Amino acid sequence: MTAPTTAPTTPPATAPPLPAARLAWLHLRYQVLETVRVPIAVLGNLLFPALAMFFFVVPQREVAGDPVVATTAVAGLALFAVCSASLFTYGLGVAEDRQLPFDPFVRSLPVGAAPQLLARIGTGAAFAVLGVLPLVAIGAFLTEASVTLVRLVAGVGTLVLASVPFVLLGMAVGYSLSAKAALPVVQVLLFPLAFAGGLFLPPQLFPAWLDAVSQATPTRAARDLLVQALTGEPGSAWAWPVLTGWIALLAVLAVVAYRRDEGRRFR
Amino acid sequence: MTPDPHRAHVPAVVHLDHVTRRFGDVVALDDVSLAVGPGELVGLLGPNGAGKSTLLSLVAGLRRPDAGTVRLLGGDPRDPRSRTGLGVTPQETGLPATLRVQEVVDFVGGHFPDPVPTPELLDQLGLGELARRQTGALSGGQKRRLAVALALVGRPRVLLLDEPTTGLDVGARQALWDAIREYHGAGGTVLLTSHYLEEVQALAERVVVVDRGAVRADDTLDAVLRRVSLRRVVLTAVEDLAGRPGVVRAEGAGDGTPARQTLYTPDADALVRDLVTTGVEFHDLEIRGASLEEAFAEMVAPEGAAR
Repeated sequence: MTAPTTAPTTPPATAPPLPAARLAWLHLRYQVLETVRVPIAVLGNLLFPALAMFFFVVPQREVAGDPVVATTAVAGLALFAVCSASLFTYGLGVAEDRQLPFDPFVRSLPVGAAPQLLARIGTGAAFAVLGVLPLVAIGAFLTEASVTLVRLVAGVGTLVLASVPFVLLGMAVGYSLSAKAALPVVQVLLFPLAFAGGLFLPPQLFPAWLDAVSQATPTRAARDLLVQALTGEPGSAWAWPVLTGWIALLAVLAVVAYRRDEGRRFR
Repeated sequence: MTPDPHRAHVPAVVHLDHVTRRFGDVVALDDVSLAVGPGELVGLLGPNGAGKSTLLSLVAGLRRPDAGTVRLLGGDPRDPRSRTGLGVTPQETGLPATLRVQEVVDFVGGHFPDPVPTPELLDQLGLGELARRQTGALSGGQKRRLAVALALVGRPRVLLLDEPTTGLDVGARQALWDAIREYHGAGGTVLLTSHYLEEVQALAERVVVVDRGAVRADDTLDAVLRRVSLRRVVLTAVEDLAGRPGVVRAEGAGDGTPARQTLYTPDADALVRDLVTTGVEFHDLEIRGASLEEAFAEMVAPEGAAR
């Protein structure tokens, strides 16, 4: 052990921290690395939407046989997969991370809320896209669902964007609650949101009042945008303002929850 | 270095000003003020639950005080900018088990503008061979060394060490102490907590005793050791002996009736000689050397409570 290496640097009292983008990239790389080291987590993400597709869409000829309906069904399931992965990964994952002793250590490093939240969003988006790949493959080979390459790219882009409010919602839950409390809250949020958003049943079947409620949900807005991107069928004009509104609101909630969080709660 | 919390000309690197922090009904820190100057090696001593870890968590920006202000290197520790000069050890149980040793060090070092190159740091702490091992496979002593490596990787100006050697064998403890001394020798400021007197005795120049959320003593190591290496003289006497020369603290005097009194003094022989030559009536004399632990426990007992 020699002295120079551990010698503290004398100049400025408060050296500027590294740029947020560099820190976000650093956290992103390590979150992906940690996730990949537990392959079952990645596999679960890949398998769940694919299985749902096999059981609920492929056997129904009236759905699987019609290009537009089949494509819409793939879109709904893909979005549900993304919502569920985001809410569980972040709602539950963040709450669990906060109970690990490494979390307070990371919070003592010179890094603020933004890079960590950005990295989590990036990791969520990357694994969400990965999870949708088998779904797209099944949709293409086993149903009449069809899409042009341009529309597929637009769809994936929309899907990544659509995951943002759910990642933020998950983080707001994860940073506010313990893991035990986060699990039921995530479940209670996910299914009504998915149903009201028309991910299971097409919203054309909704009564007028439910359709009105549905229009205000982030799931419906995301679904409409996704269907629009994939099939070219025009969606609601409200979809963009509703989705961006939710993103803004949930971003504020997530940042507030992160700032209020002081690790484990003591009472 | 003589501790003087009010040295105006040298700005403190860690500064707590009338800080109070509660957890529900429990007051973890009660109006605590503490200033640590650059280059000091301060030992925070106190029983479990005294408020030591709460104090460190405030300095590390993990919690905010309910009242008062905490400054780290002149800034708010909750602002990441203030923490570029801070090094903290994670708890050994808290390392991400699936990451490799070098990956964890690279990750932590990546937060600092001028990190120590990972291979160099690992070699210094004797972890070079283990660079590609997953942290979950390390022994307790290796995890401690990795924890210290993570605290040092950013070339910090202030090092916070929370119970750095708890549960280590003698050799591993000595090696870590050497690393801490070396860092301090190069000009670094260290604030370390321990509930081992021995550890604080081996490292610190200044000792701050914390108990029940308050600073009970803040002095040089020597002065605190003098304070705690007292002898205990127990005897029964009518006269209140608290005011005798050499008595630092006394308990149990009666009101004109014979009472069992306990007198604390650095020099029991001189006290007894004094009692005999001045003709004080006493009986059942007992003299015990208060052990460090015992004396320390006395020191952190609630004031005014005779026990």
